[in-house]
Amino acid sequence: MMLIDLANPTRFLSLTARILPWLAAATAIMLLIGLYQSAAAPDDYQQGATVKIMFIHVPNAWLSMFVWGVMSVAALGTLVWRHPLADVAAKTAAPIGAAFTFLALVTGSLWGRPMWGTYWEWDARLTSMLILFLMYLGLIALWRAVEDPSRAARAAAVLTLVGAINLPIIKFSVDWWNTLHQPASVFRMGGPTLDRAFLIPLLVMALAFSLLFVTLHLAAMRNEILRRRVRALQMMQATRQQAA
Amino acid sequence: MRLLGRAVRCVRGGREVFSGLDFEVFSGGTLAVTGPNGSGKTTLLRIIAGLLAPAAGSIGLEGGGDELTLPDQAHYLGHRDAMKPALTVLENLSFWRDFLGGGAYDARECLAAVELDHAIHLPAAYLSAGQRRRLSIARLLVTRRPIWLLDEPTSALDTAGQALSMRLMSEHLARGGLIIAATHAPLGVPAQELRIGGAS
Amino acid sequence: MTALAALIRRDIRIALRVGGGALIGVLFFLTVVVLMPFAIGPDLALLTRLGPAILWLGALLASLLTLDRMFAADHEDGSLDLIVMSRTPLEFTCAAKALAHWLAAGVPLIIATPVLGLLLNLDVAATLTVALTLLVGTPALTFTGMIGAALAVTLHRGGLLLAVLVLPLSIPILIFGVAASEAAISGPLAFGTPFSILCALTLVSFVIGPFAAAASLRQGLD
Repeated sequence: MMLIDLANPTRFLSLTARILPWLAAATAIMLLIGLYQSAAAPDDYQQGATVKIMFIHVPNAWLSMFVWGVMSVAALGTLVWRHPLADVAAKTAAPIGAAFTFLALVTGSLWGRPMWGTYWEWDARLTSMLILFLMYLGLIALWRAVEDPSRAARAAAVLTLVGAINLPIIKFSVDWWNTLHQPASVFRMGGPTLDRAFLIPLLVMALAFSLLFVTLHLAAMRNEILRRRVRALQMMQATRQQAA
Repeated sequence: MRLLGRAVRCVRGGREVFSGLDFEVFSGGTLAVTGPNGSGKTTLLRIIAGLLAPAAGSIGLEGGGDELTLPDQAHYLGHRDAMKPALTVLENLSFWRDFLGGGAYDARECLAAVELDHAIHLPAAYLSAGQRRRLSIARLLVTRRPIWLLDEPTSALDTAGQALSMRLMSEHLARGGLIIAATHAPLGVPAQELRIGGAS
Repeated sequence: MTALAALIRRDIRIALRVGGGALIGVLFFLTVVVLMPFAIGPDLALLTRLGPAILWLGALLASLLTLDRMFAADHEDGSLDLIVMSRTPLEFTCAAKALAHWLAAGVPLIIATPVLGLLLNLDVAATLTVALTLLVGTPALTFTGMIGAALAVTLHRGGLLLAVLVLPLSIPILIFGVAASEAAISGPLAFGTPFSILCALTLVSFVIGPFAAAASLRQGLD
């Protein structure tokens, strides 16, 4: 009886143990700078102070899509290269991606409240975000539905890749559907027209949130590896007791 | 034709089932895989059938010809009989003949060979466990494949059924086929034994 | 080709025999549509306006309901092992199974549409348009849902989880199916635009569905 794929994850654990404190510190510093710059940024002439929600909302929205990309690469790692860390990476990224998507939804809805007068409007971007959130939840449900992690990993990998192909199609469909029913969009944020005063804090915040993702992801991967070792040890114990 | 396994290792659900299995079967030969429950007999058959990937090691076929892979040349008789209760005995067998393809034989003759010719128009749901087993065995006859992977071939069969399966296996071996069978009971044909699991 | 034809024949035969799911799907479709007026009131004008949407939702749910067993039944009785082992490429086998499923469970829904259109006060032209969009769109529902059906084999469970996984993927089909129907009935948009996109989605699903399902089945056996 042996622990499976010990060598590679062990190196990963020792490496991340050294990197993580530095990453966490860098994340904290970037977040502080970003938050200070966001607070110092001028109010928008139309939206007033509510425009500052953008500095939280937009990075979260970017990351929610970026994390699905990370999971897709990990899914290829599981299915094609059969890398032992790939399914650990895919599994632990899903809840973090779901959290980013949820934050993007909440901040979007708070931002929309003064604009639309309601917390929820079937706006194209928010609706796509909501579907993305549903897909994250479905993926997490799939991970939790199977006891054996390697079987769950392969099913989740197929679904992740199908999702990666379908997400642009869904985005396009929702945009099309939205213009059909409601010609004028309220969100006119982002894009090259953004003023420098907004752009720099936004980029700093995006960097800070990306660092936050990397930190959280590496920490979650460590937890998952340790959890699997505990599971393997428990199974070993069960076999031993049976033999005795 | 030679079927060769080298250092085959299997891991299921993070647990090692067996490792370092070596085996070799020639045309006309039989390998009887034995071992206690849970030792991985079925798993080994499924790995040879290409349904599961081994964690390490290799399984190869030499002299198979036709550029066909091992699973292409094998019949797999599992615990489950792969027959639809809603279809008749003949419909079930005809489907597998057409689907598996390649040198197909007459379904009625094969049913006669397993002594099920009285029931060909009955739904498979009406068959007893032993009769269903005979129907699955008829699937091995309706298209010819040189390799038979049999999981407990004699289970659920009565004495007459066991004699029948023994006769069919001998005929298959005489035609130059090879058999790998997971079994508790003696197969009734000369076989080399591969014992896995359970050092006790 | 004989292999695939045999598979399609067998699947349709099973679906139509006792215990098969084909007619339950139509019955479910009928029930969902009959339930709608109880929820939104017997206002015929409103029902006419919502008609295409109701029919599309009903068809979506009905096809999802019967998808569950597409691979699970073959897995439980061991047929799936032999199908995976066979000389026919698994992608083709999956496509054939989906085609058989659509013929047995999707086509009856389309045939039932004119009757249900009557209940929703749709005129002949509108009913035929909805039936046409369903004819083009339901294969996409089957071929997309097939991915979920294949995942259900790996997971040893289908039902609600399958619905949660598959429904978000079918949103584009729903959007363009309903939009095409409504465009033909009330305008102002041209029917051709959403209808062509619906056709494109169906063609895309013919590629993605079999490949994803086959990958999932190959990885998911135990």
